[in-house]
Amino acid sequence: MSNAKLHSVWRGGKAANLLIRNVRVIDPSQKLDQLRDVLIRKGKIEELAAPNTIDSTDLDVDVIEGEGLHLFPGFVDPHVHLRTPGQEHKENIVTGTQAAAKGGYVSLVAMPNTSPAIDNATVLAALYEQSRKEAVIPLSFSAAVTVGQLGEQLTEMAELADRGVACFTDDGRPIVHAGILRKALQYQRIAGGLVIALHEEDPSLSAGGAMHEGIVSTELGIAGIPGISESTMILRDIAIAGNEQGRIHIQHLSSADSVRAIADGKAQKVHVTAEVSPHHLALTETAVKTMNTSMKMNPPLRTETDRQALIEGLKTNVIDCIATDHAPHAADEKAVPFEQAPMGTTGLESAFAVLYTEFVKPGIFSLPFLVKKMSSSAARVVDLPEPLCVPNHLADCVLIDLKKEWTIGRCGYQSRSSNCCFDGRSVYGEALLTIARGVIVYQEGQQ
Amino acid sequence: MEHLLKVADLSRALVEQICDNAARFEDIAKQEVKKVPALRGRTVLTLFYEASTRTRSSFELAAKRLSADVVSFAMSGSSVEKGESFKDTVLTLVAHDPDAIVVRAPYAGSADLVKKWSQAAIVNAGDGKHEHPTQALLDIYTLRQRVGSLEGRTIFIVGDIAHSRVARSNIAAFQMMGANVVVCGPPTLIPAEVEQLGCTVRYELDPRELAAADVIYVLRLQRERMDAKLIPTLREYARYYQITSKRLSPGQLVMHPGPVNRGIEIAGDVVDSPQAAIATQVRAGIVVRMAVLYELLAGRSSLQTTEEKGVFA
Repeated sequence: MSNAKLHSVWRGGKAANLLIRNVRVIDPSQKLDQLRDVLIRKGKIEELAAPNTIDSTDLDVDVIEGEGLHLFPGFVDPHVHLRTPGQEHKENIVTGTQAAAKGGYVSLVAMPNTSPAIDNATVLAALYEQSRKEAVIPLSFSAAVTVGQLGEQLTEMAELADRGVACFTDDGRPIVHAGILRKALQYQRIAGGLVIALHEEDPSLSAGGAMHEGIVSTELGIAGIPGISESTMILRDIAIAGNEQGRIHIQHLSSADSVRAIADGKAQKVHVTAEVSPHHLALTETAVKTMNTSMKMNPPLRTETDRQALIEGLKTNVIDCIATDHAPHAADEKAVPFEQAPMGTTGLESAFAVLYTEFVKPGIFSLPFLVKKMSSSAARVVDLPEPLCVPNHLADCVLIDLKKEWTIGRCGYQSRSSNCCFDGRSVYGEALLTIARGVIVYQEGQQ
Repeated sequence: MEHLLKVADLSRALVEQICDNAARFEDIAKQEVKKVPALRGRTVLTLFYEASTRTRSSFELAAKRLSADVVSFAMSGSSVEKGESFKDTVLTLVAHDPDAIVVRAPYAGSADLVKKWSQAAIVNAGDGKHEHPTQALLDIYTLRQRVGSLEGRTIFIVGDIAHSRVARSNIAAFQMMGANVVVCGPPTLIPAEVEQLGCTVRYELDPRELAAADVIYVLRLQRERMDAKLIPTLREYARYYQITSKRLSPGQLVMHPGPVNRGIEIAGDVVDSPQAAIATQVRAGIVVRMAVLYELLAGRSSLQTTEEKGVFA
């Protein structure tokens, strides 16, 4: 199901003419996992042929030896913070989309908790105009559910839907009043039926908390946020969505109880989807013991039990996709005592490598599964076009060397900010080339 | 020992050594000229981001009695009021090349950050609700004097455990010295999974259990806890948790890190009774802090140049 009105903007570029020889193509949506010669001409995948069978002599294409390399459909992230407008010291459209391209992403949905918030068509129009010149890869925007994300008054959701937003969310904040969420879900019916993505947190339970409420917060004397802050709101919102037959997407899951709530909701046939971040899959509260502020995020890193439940939830498709919740913050903002630091970690450049290294290499899940969760499944939660490695489609793909070992952050980041929770980690799997809508948007060695 | 940021930076042997040195420093207070030259020419900087007369003056006096030069940085009238960040404040002070920095700030990990940004020996004088290691040391020193060995002793810590850096440091320190620790307070003021720190948890002051304790360590209850709706009223708290002479058994020692709230967590007559070691604790503070500064600095060479130390590395 694709949203016909959805507006993705970017600066475009020169259509690629490229032959990638003898590369392993994995496209889960096509159940494809084969060695192929991939011929791209004028940005379109012209042919996926048996390996080493295409003669490039008269073709006027650049040739890349794909032996030992992998080609996947490009990744899609339905949840990134590009900090534009108003917080460009943390990230801007150029740096954020460049970071995405480097990480193998071909499409993004930007969150609206900016200054001002994206809560009206005027701000949206300005962002489209700016992105047309600056976005390195196709970029769509979410709009706020409530004006100023204050949780009191609905935004002009119908007009915003007409203007091509991908979804609605007050992300950064929860929608505290059940009554407001209910109205939004009713109004959703004339707002393109676009999904309402929810940041689930009960402020009366999370108040003042800076990390998971548990043994580590007890040791450090830092106020904690219990898992029930998230799960109780999910239970409530699934019930409301079921009642209104509305469509919701639960953002950045962190707790076992939340996974259970979503499984029950899906079993009840409520239209609920969910995402999980690489950091919640890979890390626990133990990572916070040193009070490294790169480990401070919302929702917080929780226990090993929670982490295992998230992994299991992803494996069983209770959780639909991966979303990085890329949340850049300037170095000075994070160089303060833990309790004072803003919450968030960047993630676009490290997502695939971390998940491949921590989960595919040790056999916890398969490579096609990971690719699916980062690509087509992620596109599907917001009705973005799914990247495909199929002839006669514009190329939306990423060429990765899975054997390449690298250290996250050692050579800096494309992102304006360097608050990556995986900084310094040794991982496998580096993108060599990213092609979005037939244009080479990232090529290793050419920045 | 290079820094004292938390109790885990100590060992039982080191604690005994610090207490032994503190006992030696007691004699200095009895002299007419209350000074020893141990830290002459060294600079001790106190950085207090929280209002504190007691702890700060305790540290400053300790440093002065060791003949160190003392520089104090207080909040009011400082650059902080002009909006200077914690990091910039620290870096400015570090440029004065202190040998030691004693830091107290309202946020957990503050002392760790100062250590990251400087080359000086760092003493944590209280970082948020996290740790207050010199308090734990002076409490152990006091107990050594009044009770002897802590091996096998039972110590009750009563009050707002959740918000107390003194409790956190003491839970670790008392157990390090071989004592059994029981924490007791209203359920809303006991932090999650605290029993994993090795202590027993009680939500009620059982008279028989309390009678079996060697030491009752009373924590100050802050009014803010009632304002934050964590407990219904101070009256109810006092009714169920106040250490009164009726709740006390003969031979038990009562301690309190101060300042006391008479009539809230502790009855006035208990404060004034011979079973209370509160005054001893305050006196212990100075000699223990002298021993800590001595431990950190007396062995260190002060001959390194600024370049060698790489202050702005």
